[in-house]
Amino acid sequence: MADDVMIKKHIKQYLWVIVFLAASIASYFFGFNPGIIVYSSFQDFFIEMITFIPLLFILIGLFDVWVPKERIEKYIGNKSGVVGIVLVIFLAMLQAGPLYGAFPVAYVLYKKGASIRNIFIYLGAFSSLKLPMLGIEIGYLGLKFTIFRTLVSLPLFILIGFLMGKIVGGKFEVKEIKIPQKG
Amino acid sequence: MINNILIFGAVTGISLLVSLFFDKKKTLIGLKKGVKMFLGIVPPFLNILILVSILLFFVPQEIITQYIGPDSGAFGFFIAAIVGSITLIPGFVSYPISAALIAKGASYAVIAVFMTTLIMVGVVTLPLEIRYFGKKAAILRNALNFVAALIIGLCVGWLMML
Repeated sequence: MADDVMIKKHIKQYLWVIVFLAASIASYFFGFNPGIIVYSSFQDFFIEMITFIPLLFILIGLFDVWVPKERIEKYIGNKSGVVGIVLVIFLAMLQAGPLYGAFPVAYVLYKKGASIRNIFIYLGAFSSLKLPMLGIEIGYLGLKFTIFRTLVSLPLFILIGFLMGKIVGGKFEVKEIKIPQKG
Repeated sequence: MINNILIFGAVTGISLLVSLFFDKKKTLIGLKKGVKMFLGIVPPFLNILILVSILLFFVPQEIITQYIGPDSGAFGFFIAAIVGSITLIPGFVSYPISAALIAKGASYAVIAVFMTTLIMVGVVTLPLEIRYFGKKAAILRNALNFVAALIIGLCVGWLMML
């Protein structure tokens, strides 16, 4: 029974892939040229992806077990100055997921006493320096592009952190919002 | 591609050996986690690759070069910035798309501004962000990041041409 459900779930997940492959095989069979062209570019994409993404995820898994995220989180509140900035950036780099997933972490940092500046530096680093994303970026756009983009971004979002601290100032607070988190 | 295999193979291989040396059990847990995460992204990733393969068939290279190529000027650049700010594409999906666009003649500046607005500016998620940080901070953060993204796009585009 349970196996049945699992298999159904897998088929559902790969539905489009199965449909696409069936259509590609049919294209070859009937000599339908557009289908053959689309399949061959898919194949190139697939080979490109499979050469590095699995390796990258093994690396991410290892990072996950070796780096104590919670302990770093604890330190951030009372560390200020350069150490604080380096720590928030480091913590942000270890995360994964979309930017709106970072807002709840911003709340945690706020509760632990992080400054406005550091909260927004965290958001900046979260959006543009996450290690899993940097890995994918290197794989697809090359080391040179990734390094340039990172080096230009880093000072800009530190600057944004300082600006946010100055402009938004004293009345700032992060509210806790309970939303059903998906994915 | 061979570069990728070399870079990722070397980094992952060495990390794996070091990790195994220190703690076999931990390494195994990490490996399991990694494989699980990878299997999780495979279906959406493949779907996107299919979609991009189909789209690229219908959009001719000349159109891409004309609108977002190196000589497309400010128009393509701003379109990319606005599209990136509005759309909510998961980061890992934007990379194969960007790589394909560059291969078809898009400029690095356009791709850099598109990717940066995509990850740093969120118009769709702004209401959610306002609930966390308040109106002033949320709008200001997005506005500042939009300006930063334009600067990043221009700088990266220029650096890539050197």
